[in-house]
Amino acid sequence: MAGLPLPPVDQPLLPPPPAGRFTPDGVPKLTRRPEDSILGGVAGGIADHLNVPVLWVRATFALLAMMAGAGVIAYALLWIFVPQRPPAARQEIRPAGPVERRQAYGVAAVGVALLIAATALGFGQVLTWVLGPLGLAAIGAAFIWREADDARRARWRRTAAGIVGPSTGSWWRLVGGCLLVIGGLSVFAIGQLDFTAVRSALIAVVLTLVGVAIITIPWWLRLVRDLGDERRGRIQERERAEIAAHLHDSVLQTLALIQRQAGDSREVQRLARSQERQLRTWLYGPTGYASAGDAPTPASSSLAASLAEAAGEIEDTYAIAVTPVIVGDVPMDQHLAALVAAAREAMVNAAKHAQVQEISVYAEVEDGTASVFVRDRGVGFDPAAVGVDRRGLAESIRGRMERHGGTATVTSRPGEGTEVELSVRVTAGSDAGEDAGEGGGEGAEPAATDDPTGTVRSHADAKGPS
Amino acid sequence: MSHPVKVFLVDDHALFRTGVKAELAGLDDHRIEVVGEAGSVGEAVVRISSQPPDVVLLDVHMPDGGGRAVLEQVHAKLPDVVFLALSVSDAAEDVIAVIRAGARGYVTKTISGRELADAVVRVAAGDAVFSPRLAGFVLDAFSDRNGPAPVADPELDLLSPREREVLKLLARGYAYKEIAAQLFISIKTVETHVSSVLRKTQKSNRYELSRWASDRRLV
Repeated sequence: MAGLPLPPVDQPLLPPPPAGRFTPDGVPKLTRRPEDSILGGVAGGIADHLNVPVLWVRATFALLAMMAGAGVIAYALLWIFVPQRPPAARQEIRPAGPVERRQAYGVAAVGVALLIAATALGFGQVLTWVLGPLGLAAIGAAFIWREADDARRARWRRTAAGIVGPSTGSWWRLVGGCLLVIGGLSVFAIGQLDFTAVRSALIAVVLTLVGVAIITIPWWLRLVRDLGDERRGRIQERERAEIAAHLHDSVLQTLALIQRQAGDSREVQRLARSQERQLRTWLYGPTGYASAGDAPTPASSSLAASLAEAAGEIEDTYAIAVTPVIVGDVPMDQHLAALVAAAREAMVNAAKHAQVQEISVYAEVEDGTASVFVRDRGVGFDPAAVGVDRRGLAESIRGRMERHGGTATVTSRPGEGTEVELSVRVTAGSDAGEDAGEGGGEGAEPAATDDPTGTVRSHADAKGPS
Repeated sequence: MSHPVKVFLVDDHALFRTGVKAELAGLDDHRIEVVGEAGSVGEAVVRISSQPPDVVLLDVHMPDGGGRAVLEQVHAKLPDVVFLALSVSDAAEDVIAVIRAGARGYVTKTISGRELADAVVRVAAGDAVFSPRLAGFVLDAFSDRNGPAPVADPELDLLSPREREVLKLLARGYAYKEIAAQLFISIKTVETHVSSVLRKTQKSNRYELSRWASDRRLV
């Protein structure tokens, strides 16, 4: 490391363009002071910027000069890069007073003396090891500072107060950090006597860096927290936008529709039910908003989801309430798809003919059998009197169940409502996800299409009250 | 019944309370009488304690702990006050949680006024009120779908075959009368079975039930 010393952290390499004379915090911008200047007005400008006596700044430059001439280089760089403040209109550029001039020369002389002394003692060589990392850290900090926006800079400045703030913790941290830095410097001094140069230099560098890290802990914490805050903010914003979008697409639209259809109570009911179901699914459903997000099941991949979907469609189409109660669940296969289709047909029948406002749907998966009960308390009918031409019951329900090796039982009496019971064996291997579509699961269930054992009963006295 | 059942409404939505009151009054049902209402947990506890009604219609979701908080603060002090949960929530854990906290039944807010009045009269008479959905949840909770559950107390942790049958018919939308006819038993026996299921749901330490309860920090 060539140890090119650079200005300390709090002197930005490239000051912001002189748009106004003050930063957003009300601190004068870093500019070279044309009045009272001895050499370039750099020290005066820094003193104004940091609000400290100009003598301190000059002394710091002198001390830094001892460290391999860092002070001199820093001064030169600042002179080059820091713009000169335009003099106030009425104020003449006047040279500094003789007392101040003498003082400044004195400080400069001390600095030069220190530089020479340090070089003579072989001090500068070692200091380089420490100043190298410090200089790099300073460059990094300066870049971060440049890239940050005004708000962030203001926050950092406030945090900076915490470093030397009144709390005991920050004092201890500061003292500890300084001790480590001093320790680092001492180690290298001792190293001159005892250890090999490289080893001691490494220790010195490490100790120095640790010290700097400790002193700047609040900044690092703030940086990390900033990052976390920002991420959290983004997530919340997205969440809010998603909820707003959902409410707009669903609830607001439905409310608008309801207002326009206020005269048609059937339509209003249909809209309200449909909206309620959607919102409920969104809030509490497996893929819903409030779910923990583990293993989201796409709709119609399981018996429960498909049946609920079918019930919802009937609700929407016929404007009646369908309340599915489902115990247990199983992944879909073609037989279960037939079961759901038959159940849907039973619901359609009830909705069309039973003259009721509500249909009960109960499904259970138990002992390898999936059963669905569709029940209404409507007008009922005499199943024996139903003509063979009634395709709905004969084909869509019985025929379908028969082809899939299941059973369909219709229990009904005029005036006492109707219950359709459908059941089908659950294929043993049906929990393999890929056979949800057509053609899957054939091997496990033989003779699925024309199973002669599939019993189809249709008698009013099978389960009816006696 | 000689005097009407005194009903108290607890719901944080004033609009809903008004609606239920109007609906119950519109029935012109002399079996029930709405005697008071409260819009928050604290208000409900104070009013129910000062003038105990017969039946409290309790909303599950409210600020400050919801219906469960009311149950916890009142149920032990006034065991004679019967609670019937009335909620829009269809989440199993909500329903099971209020039942375990002591509610005698659960109905959803979409229930018709007539059915609600019937349910109130039934719980006031000591019955349990199981909506089809609640029956489904309880069946689910007592099923062995996730492998057989360890049975610590067969008296509490298992449903009898008859109770299971009754529950299934409830879930299929049967009324007590219809269940009785279907199973060739008396309505009284159906009521006994349902009350027994309620007791098991409240007291059992079965895994599913305890899980739902502990999710809500009930146990």
